[in-house]
Amino acid sequence: MMSRPCRFRAAVLAAAIGGALLGSGCRRAPAAAAAPVRQVLRFGNSAEPQDLDPQNIQGITELNIVLALFDSLVEMDPHDLHPVPGQAESWEISPDGLTYTFHLRPNLRWSNGEPLTADDFIQSYRRILTPSFAAEYAYLIYYYVQGAKEYYEGTLADFSRVGFHAPDARTLVVSLKQPTPFLLKIIACHYVWDAVPVKTIARFGPVGQKGSHWTRAGNLVGSGPFLLTEWIPNQRIVVARNPYYWDAGQVKLDGIEFYPIDDQNVEERMFRTGQLDLTFDFLPNKLDTYRRDHPDELRIDPWLGIYYYNLNVTQPPFNDPRVRRAFALAIDREALVKDVMRGGQVPAYAASYPGTSGYVPRARLAGGVAEARRLLAEAGFPGGRGLPPIELLYNTNVAYNRAMAEAIQAMWRQNLGAAVTLTTQEWKVYLDSMQTGHYQIARAGWIADYADPHVFLEIYGTGNGNNYTRWSNPEYDRLLDRALHAPDEAARYEIYQQMDAILVRECPVIPLFYYTKTYAISPKVQGWWPTLLDEHPYKYVYLKN
Amino acid sequence: MPAEIEAGNSLWSGAWHRLKQNRLALGGGLTVIAMGLVCAIGPLFAQSYEDQNLDLGAVGPRAAHWLGTDTLGRDLFARILYGGRISLMVGLVATFVALVIGVSYGAIAGYVGGKVDAAMMRIVDILYALPFTIFVILLMVFFGRNIFLLFFAIGAVEWLTMARIVRGQVLSIKKMEFIEAARALGFGRRRIIFRHVIPNVLGPIIVYTTLTIPAVMLLEAFLSFLGLGVQPPMSSWGALIKDGADKMEEFWWLLVFPGGIFSLTLFSLNFLGDGLRDALDVRSAKD
Amino acid sequence: MLRYIGRRLLEAIPVMLVIITGTFFMQRFVPGGPFTAEKAVTPEVERNLEAYYHLNDPLWKQYVDYLWDLTPKRFHPLALTQGFDLKEAFGIDFRPSFKYPNRTVNEIIADKLPVSLELGLLSLGVALAIGLPLGILAAVKRNSWIDYICSSVAMTGICVPTFVLGPILVLVFAIHLGWFNASGWYGPIDRVLPSLTLGSVYAAYIARLTRGGFLEVLHQDYIRTARAKGASEARVIFRHALRGGLLPVVSFLGPAVAGILTGSFVIETIFQIPGLGREFVNSAFNRDYTLILGTVILYAGFIIALNLVVDVVQVWMNPKLKFE
Repeated sequence: MMSRPCRFRAAVLAAAIGGALLGSGCRRAPAAAAAPVRQVLRFGNSAEPQDLDPQNIQGITELNIVLALFDSLVEMDPHDLHPVPGQAESWEISPDGLTYTFHLRPNLRWSNGEPLTADDFIQSYRRILTPSFAAEYAYLIYYYVQGAKEYYEGTLADFSRVGFHAPDARTLVVSLKQPTPFLLKIIACHYVWDAVPVKTIARFGPVGQKGSHWTRAGNLVGSGPFLLTEWIPNQRIVVARNPYYWDAGQVKLDGIEFYPIDDQNVEERMFRTGQLDLTFDFLPNKLDTYRRDHPDELRIDPWLGIYYYNLNVTQPPFNDPRVRRAFALAIDREALVKDVMRGGQVPAYAASYPGTSGYVPRARLAGGVAEARRLLAEAGFPGGRGLPPIELLYNTNVAYNRAMAEAIQAMWRQNLGAAVTLTTQEWKVYLDSMQTGHYQIARAGWIADYADPHVFLEIYGTGNGNNYTRWSNPEYDRLLDRALHAPDEAARYEIYQQMDAILVRECPVIPLFYYTKTYAISPKVQGWWPTLLDEHPYKYVYLKN
Repeated sequence: MPAEIEAGNSLWSGAWHRLKQNRLALGGGLTVIAMGLVCAIGPLFAQSYEDQNLDLGAVGPRAAHWLGTDTLGRDLFARILYGGRISLMVGLVATFVALVIGVSYGAIAGYVGGKVDAAMMRIVDILYALPFTIFVILLMVFFGRNIFLLFFAIGAVEWLTMARIVRGQVLSIKKMEFIEAARALGFGRRRIIFRHVIPNVLGPIIVYTTLTIPAVMLLEAFLSFLGLGVQPPMSSWGALIKDGADKMEEFWWLLVFPGGIFSLTLFSLNFLGDGLRDALDVRSAKD
Repeated sequence: MLRYIGRRLLEAIPVMLVIITGTFFMQRFVPGGPFTAEKAVTPEVERNLEAYYHLNDPLWKQYVDYLWDLTPKRFHPLALTQGFDLKEAFGIDFRPSFKYPNRTVNEIIADKLPVSLELGLLSLGVALAIGLPLGILAAVKRNSWIDYICSSVAMTGICVPTFVLGPILVLVFAIHLGWFNASGWYGPIDRVLPSLTLGSVYAAYIARLTRGGFLEVLHQDYIRTARAKGASEARVIFRHALRGGLLPVVSFLGPAVAGILTGSFVIETIFQIPGLGREFVNSAFNRDYTLILGTVILYAGFIIALNLVVDVVQVWMNPKLKFE
């Protein structure tokens, strides 16, 4: 029985929903096009940055802002990210690959006018390698540079014995402990090699200690195309043009505003009302609407990352490679990508990303459901009978993890007769479970720090801190080491092919799809080319009318 | 001479009589019971709540799916039924736990007074302030994914406000004549509290209970949004509504149907609660 | 009454101590720490991090050190006027946050609390302005259609959760009609939608509890006496029934106001408000030990203070009660 107040309430709700639906198609009318557009890019940046000190951050959110504030020896080409001269106008690499000599441009300056010299680099590396500073990304330096690891661990006290030297104010010499063919790519794509203004930092507290106020607006001194003018936590970060940047003439934007919006629904609504020019992310359920009605505002760019499931190879049933392969083959990746993710992602049949700096893995997880069933029966579990209870673990802070897990659970049930239960854990509990090996199958993602196939393949080396599968293969380790000593890129890539083949055979992980970066972008934004690492040097970006 | 002697009426039989005459409350009660039955038995006859149809995706109401499907092609009607089981169970059980603990605790503290009251209320303050999110994470970590754990966690939080409200009410009637009369008659404290005090503060308790049930259901939704609640593919009304709210522009049925049923249940509970309150309020009945 | 208040303030000290101790140890037992991240830190980095944050000291020592940092050591209250720095004024050091190492917990709270307070007070105002009249009207016109309408409107605040109402309001008023920003906390106009959304929930509670409370009171003998003596209905309501009728609302408001003043996670997410509500939840997820403790201490302070206020008000409302 529908009593009067129920009807009333229903009418109110219906009116509200009707209004919402009306609003769904609508957007604000654009402002009059007569006035020239303000050259300020408004950028949705997902979360409040932890800090803006390049030596004290780890995330993409921070990277986006630091890219505007700090420059590096070697910059990225805006189209394919290959290293191009930055603060260093040229460099030489010794024949044995162990010594890099960088020649800095003349008249480099910090944003407060002070000169930027090679000694600044030395002091910066000293700071990041100081044990008490406890920098999290320091390993991207100490894995490669002579003496750096010992200095970081505290066993070496004399920094002059670490492989950094500045014979004069415009020359920086880096000495490596083993050949590192992708070093320039790391320097170009990753902020950890950027120089920081140690003299300025010293004015705010001990240089080797985290947490001083030097990164606040008004204090922060950088070397990049922009400088920091405003930082209101959880509201907005504003950067404006830096006249001391060596390439300031190229820069077309007057400023950038970063908005830390963590909810994707909110971000999309802000984009619709014109409060944002670019979003950080995009929801799968809105893709169809945008594809249909606003295709010029939607971008789906390939992104150098892989979504996969880790398998704990120390416990049954995944200690048997046949079971691992069976589970890997029994998944319809095309359906997942088309119907669940809907974001133009690419199904993944190998652990390496095809097209990373020209490397395409030949190995492929081939075979279908029939092959999967055969393998499972061969391993002693025909039709899924006899399998021990299996749990699939994933974290909920990304919305589609659940949809993926539910879809795959259904596929395994249908194709293999395997009953897998799903369990979610809160983010840190989930990380802890993976890192301590308390899981059987766990969802994982890996976004590359630099554009080289090494970045994916090195994870599976024995004992690597990110190898949560605990898989260990001596042949694989040997190949990993040989790759570093390969005479040229072609030879190195051949070794990687062999490594990919091993991974496909042994299946310590189940690759699912390669990420795409989906986001909304205003048609006014120019110079924002798709790049594999989703890094866009801001000096090429501008807004057209 | 009066034709018949007026039969004596206890509080409860009189209340039941008055309740039966309140058609709105009866309607509410019947709706709630019907909802409970449908959710309890309905799933036996409905489709599967977890079978996916990825090709179909989210489609609106039609013959094969009365209320449409969600983005994975799962039947929404079935999901609402199964979700109703969870939500109603959580709502009723957690609220019952909160009710039993809160009412007893608040009544004892309010009636006994003095240092006992002070100590009991300071414990309530402490429990209020301890961080709930961490508490729930800890429970989930140490005791696993038991759904009864969820009820416990939610009940453990909701009883606190109930206790404070009950205490406030008890304080206000503590000094009334009928309580003094009961004391003069030599009744023990326990009897006075449970048979004289509590029945007379039932009004606000009932009202607050009808408010606690939706709060509990939405708290469960919040927890599952944070990864701490009911596990997929199972869902609950709160989780379905949250999912629908995210997608309401594209797939309106994902919000309207779970939200509508949720609201209907709450409105019915509300009218039932009002009816109960009126029925138990002896004085107002006589006007 | 002053003795009562003094006694309660003294009692607050052991209460606070138990809360701090409980939280300190509870948070350490949860798996995962502030540095557990998707890219695992190497053992060398982990060692250095733990050394820097003193996380490898024995737990009891960390606890004692933390308590010592929290103890007031000096008394310069004037320092509070130049930026709310508790360390300068009283020597209370909440330490830096783990997640945001260049901000101290004190700073984070000092930045965000005023925002939450503003949102909370506005929402409370909305809730009282809507809830009280609805509840009183419903009680006075019990079981008439006015009662049903008022109760139903009130119930809408509960049946339509904030995470549904908020986006609907934004879609209708910000996107379709263009009267407001879609989110943000820049100017006075940005206060409207969030406080309406948050206020609606509390309005519902207040309306329902007020109705229940008034119904208890309106049929008491002393009200009949007042009516028999010829008092107008308004006078009956506002002068005689109000104190008793608001009793359940006041009991509810104590902890509710503490909650509303320390921010709402959902509202702050939907409207991008830089308030404290999100920090309560996010600090737990980030295992940001110092920020968890800072927010818990703040919230505990509010709860203790507000429960005290409620208890005093309750005695004032009922002349038969005395301070015990």
